[in-house]
Amino acid sequence: MSLFRLALLSLWNRRLTAILTILGIALSVTLFLSVEKLRNGARESFANTISGTDLIVGARAGDVQLLLYSVFRIGDATNNITWESYQEIAERDEVDWIVPISLGDSHRGYRVVGTTSGFFDHYRYRRDTSLRFEAGTTLDDLFDTVVGADVAAALGYSVGDSIIVSHGTGRGSGSEHDDKPFRVTGILAKTGTPVDRAVYVGLEAIEAIHVDWQGGGRVEGLRIPAERVRNMNLTPKTVTAALVGLKSRITTFRFQRFVNEYEAEPMTAILPGVALSNLWSLVGVAERALSAVSLMVIVTALLGVVTTLLASLEERRREMAILRANGASPRTISVLLAAESGLIALAGAILGLAFLYVLLFTLQPVLDSRFGLYLKIDAPDLRDCAILGIIILAGIAAGLIPAWRAYRRSLADGMSIRS
Amino acid sequence: MQVKSVQTKRFSRLNDPSLSIRDAAFSWQGGFGIEIAAFDLKARERVLLLGPSGGGKSTFLNLVAGITTPSRGRIDVLGTDIARLRGSRVDRFRADSFGIIFQMFNLMPWLSAIDNVLVPLRFSKPRRKQAGEARAEAARLLGALGIGMDLFGQPAGTLSVGQQQRVAAARALIGGPGIILADEPTSALDGRNARAFLDLLMAELETAGAALLMVSHDETLTDAFDRVVRLDDIAHVSGRPGGSAAA
Repeated sequence: MSLFRLALLSLWNRRLTAILTILGIALSVTLFLSVEKLRNGARESFANTISGTDLIVGARAGDVQLLLYSVFRIGDATNNITWESYQEIAERDEVDWIVPISLGDSHRGYRVVGTTSGFFDHYRYRRDTSLRFEAGTTLDDLFDTVVGADVAAALGYSVGDSIIVSHGTGRGSGSEHDDKPFRVTGILAKTGTPVDRAVYVGLEAIEAIHVDWQGGGRVEGLRIPAERVRNMNLTPKTVTAALVGLKSRITTFRFQRFVNEYEAEPMTAILPGVALSNLWSLVGVAERALSAVSLMVIVTALLGVVTTLLASLEERRREMAILRANGASPRTISVLLAAESGLIALAGAILGLAFLYVLLFTLQPVLDSRFGLYLKIDAPDLRDCAILGIIILAGIAAGLIPAWRAYRRSLADGMSIRS
Repeated sequence: MQVKSVQTKRFSRLNDPSLSIRDAAFSWQGGFGIEIAAFDLKARERVLLLGPSGGGKSTFLNLVAGITTPSRGRIDVLGTDIARLRGSRVDRFRADSFGIIFQMFNLMPWLSAIDNVLVPLRFSKPRRKQAGEARAEAARLLGALGIGMDLFGQPAGTLSVGQQQRVAAARALIGGPGIILADEPTSALDGRNARAFLDLLMAELETAGAALLMVSHDETLTDAFDRVVRLDDIAHVSGRPGGSAAA
């Protein structure tokens, strides 16, 4: 009878407790790793709100502010940039593509974005993912509109529906562009980015619905019907911002300097990645909170391991006394206990890892489509492995505490144990 | 009873006393202490040590088995001063020299009867060698002690108390240790079973050539032994063995 077999048989005899302990550790490990995954996923998703765009150009503003209104559609631009400046930027040699963004109107609480169909071609998120149409197609006619996934879902729109744009960005501002309704021609697939929460129309359409408006309201007595507008010059006078793609990344900083030092009007060009990480450092408190939670989960798990092992030692007191009386040295008993708890911790860690991947494979599509939270399924990273290693080591160490007690006690009560 | 002719190969120091204690003392922090002036156990001798419950008998056995270390004096076991062995050597020495039978709960209940008998061999090379074909020897001992073959593979926990004590005896005897220590092995048995147990044990001791030191408070068992010693006569016990344990 080898010591190993003896240990296994002993463990088998206590299989219920052992299985529960393993399950407990596994669940803690799963919880910890899931929180880590979510944390990384949230950060990655955020950092990948916009990609493929080299620079965002707008009127002079702070980079976070420009990012907030141009990408997240939070807040308003203090100023627009003139069409002439936009044109000049667009015609620079370095520029590969440019997409204008014109903001200021809304539709039932969602921002209306005046842009070109280039937006759907060039906007990228999650590394290099293009926008996709769930239904319908891109903008074609002047009064066509494409709606984001959340808008379509919340308001129940489908291709062919007619919608009316409101003036201003406040909810229920009261002034409706009801004389010039739009037709939904396309619905974007869910992206998990602010793209989902906007209504897209052509840049000219923004001009068209404002031809008979001045400032914040309709010009009294002037009514230009939708059909007549089509024949007018609809070149915009200003745009709010522009997304710029450069032919070569190397020119990014030079181009940024050109924009920032533009003589004719004050403008700012930002690198979306930099601005995003600046913004994340503001909202990243949540991430740190999650970190704290996962740390607590692990501490709880480790305490659980020690507690269960200590409790099981009580169960094994007689076994230890018998082994001692039959010549097992305290070292043998320590090895037995530490090996067992190490094995339990290892099994827990492996099972927890298995749970995590089962969970990931089942929940990934749901998280992606429902919350736009994309969790990559990949091998555990170094940090995960380190944590698993610590759990296993802690398991062994946890076994040493009872081992030490067993050693002390077997000297004390030795073979005369009566209970 | 007389010492029979030499049968076992193992003990080169056959004429040494199995056990010899001289002026040994031990005390717990709680104030309980035991002093043993002198005690001898000759080779193959069977001694019953009588004493009241809680009178220091277990401490006596712990000292003999090297589980507790005396604060002074000599405890020679088969020619080795066990008080001077350190660390794991005392454990190995115990495994080689003693077969131990407790009052009850001797066995690991989840291990089969025969596997329980084999446990000491795991920790003692000489006994492993002596036992030869281990499973056959274990089976022989179990048979000799009246355990039916059908019970060999049964988890020890499912056996009756009497059967468990006999399995424990087989475990103590396997591999021919020089001394069997028994701590009230019959106290959980009724009179008839206690007697049957002792008879079987004595018969096997004969074959194995081992000495027996058994502690008990039961005076009805005295006739089965070569010699009866009262703890009071050889040792001075002070205080109560509160620290020793595990009530």
